[in-house]
Amino acid sequence: MPHHTSLDNDTPLLRASGVSRFYGSRIGCHDVSFELWPGEVLAIVGESGSGKTTLLNCLSGRLTPTAGVVEYRMRDGTVRGIFSMSEAERRFLARTDWGFVHQDARDGLRMTVSAGGNVGERLMAVGARNYGAIRGEALDWLERVEIAADRVDDRPDTFSGGMRQRLQIARNLVTGPRLVFMDEPTSGLDVSVQARLLDLLRGLVADLGLAAIVVTHDLAVARMISHRLMVMRGGEVIETGLTDQVLDDPRSAYAQLLVASVLQP
Amino acid sequence: MTERDTSSLPSPSWGGAGGGARSERPRAERKGDAVRPAAPTAPSPTLPHEGGGSGHADTAYNFAYLDEQTKRMIRRAILKGIAIPGYQVPFASREMPMPYGWGTGGVQVTAAILGPDDTLKVIDQGSDDTTNAVAIRGFFARTAGVTTTTSTQDATVIQTRHRIPERTLTENQVLVFQVPIPEPLRFLEPRETETRKMHALEEYGIMHVKLYEDIARHGHIATTYAYPVLVDGRYVMDPSPIPKFDNPKMNRSDALMLFGAGREQRIYAIPPHTDVKSLDFEDHPFEVQRFEEPCALCGSTGVYLDEIVTDDKGGRMFVCSDSDLCEEQRAGQPVDA
Repeated sequence: MPHHTSLDNDTPLLRASGVSRFYGSRIGCHDVSFELWPGEVLAIVGESGSGKTTLLNCLSGRLTPTAGVVEYRMRDGTVRGIFSMSEAERRFLARTDWGFVHQDARDGLRMTVSAGGNVGERLMAVGARNYGAIRGEALDWLERVEIAADRVDDRPDTFSGGMRQRLQIARNLVTGPRLVFMDEPTSGLDVSVQARLLDLLRGLVADLGLAAIVVTHDLAVARMISHRLMVMRGGEVIETGLTDQVLDDPRSAYAQLLVASVLQP
Repeated sequence: MTERDTSSLPSPSWGGAGGGARSERPRAERKGDAVRPAAPTAPSPTLPHEGGGSGHADTAYNFAYLDEQTKRMIRRAILKGIAIPGYQVPFASREMPMPYGWGTGGVQVTAAILGPDDTLKVIDQGSDDTTNAVAIRGFFARTAGVTTTTSTQDATVIQTRHRIPERTLTENQVLVFQVPIPEPLRFLEPRETETRKMHALEEYGIMHVKLYEDIARHGHIATTYAYPVLVDGRYVMDPSPIPKFDNPKMNRSDALMLFGAGREQRIYAIPPHTDVKSLDFEDHPFEVQRFEEPCALCGSTGVYLDEIVTDDKGGRMFVCSDSDLCEEQRAGQPVDA
């Protein structure tokens, strides 16, 4: 795929500077800055209401931040502020170079359209007009996310939770994005299905050289797929570092509490 | 023209007409049955069924029923629609003396463009003699006093539901469509705010998802009516529920085509000589319906046929949907046997 050849690691793929989002006088997230490099997986952890999802929505252009800048390095190497580009450009970017995996697959899939149609939609949106080719690509992606080929014409509402989540991933990855946003991709799934999904995600991220930002409240998920970790509380980033480092040796009191709160079977 | 002595208005004209007996009748299956602005006191207009209007308007109404301000508003929407081919222009749709879904949009467009010298033809499913067609023709014969006709050739304004006439239209003609749902993306994306954005940003991939689903399920594109088209290379448009057989007739047509959706309050247009392309896939190109047999009455081929059940023993025949063409063919060349 062409985008792998243009990878140069001199500039970050995504840079957030002072991103803040207020809901009236309430803080969604406040003064978040970080850099994300190509092929890197960043996990954002924290308790409910800590601003994880608000931050993710700001980063992915779904929500306009009150202050701050989010810059993205386009495929042609130019660095663009995602909120200074036109809405048409941003939406195009979001459905070609980015992916967004929702917590609830219903938000990310068209439940009344077959699995093949769901995967093919992005291809058709960028101008694919050959039915055979679209279907071939859809079948290929279903195989990669371990969905049997004979389910290609079934609607996602006949799928199990784990299958829906895998279908959502296939639908996002079909255009070869460089960056995928994930909002609690494994919550709501039972443990064995979670493990399988995480395994799949880890494989895809490594194979495709994807960068990813994963929001999760589950530290085990963060440890399994992310390289770096950001701990949020009350809308602010209170600790950041390599995943193993933060989880094994948390510095802040809150991170220590978070790590200590994990249930041990 | 707009100022009138209200005492000349038949007072119980809409509510009282027909009275209770009418409402007790079983619900009519055909649309358009209710279109009969019959005022009990006014002389009933000559039913223009055989062509030729009454020639004089019922003076209780402004010309063509709507007041001049309303017509001006509708004309502005029409002009905007013509300026942006395929774009749905919102307009302040009025209550018409007929229920929504019976052609209120088409009637308003027709009322706005009709002049005293126009000759009006109204068809419903290609036919001049169905209830909807007869009623609307009668409506304008009475409120505008225009000449009406069943001949496609003689008409200057043709209001239609579900068909485009078989005879090629000319630059002197305007075709007005009655549109139930103007938004081609509606069934794929229910949010109006989102579909407007998709039109604005030309995000039409989802339209092909619908066609993809057809092929995946049926092996071919199974959409047979309201088949989406791309107008002038820009806007995806719902051509109203005409059979896809009629889609090619819109492409670079000499006639102006106007679409009115009353309930949805949208007007859109295809100006003459505009490219209209039916959406398809490279390996599943657009195709129109084909009929193996000619019309059972006039023997025409290459026209759209309706299936008519003739008895309860399975007897059926296929005849022209365009009744004017069928009559013309039969008058010109007697069918043998």
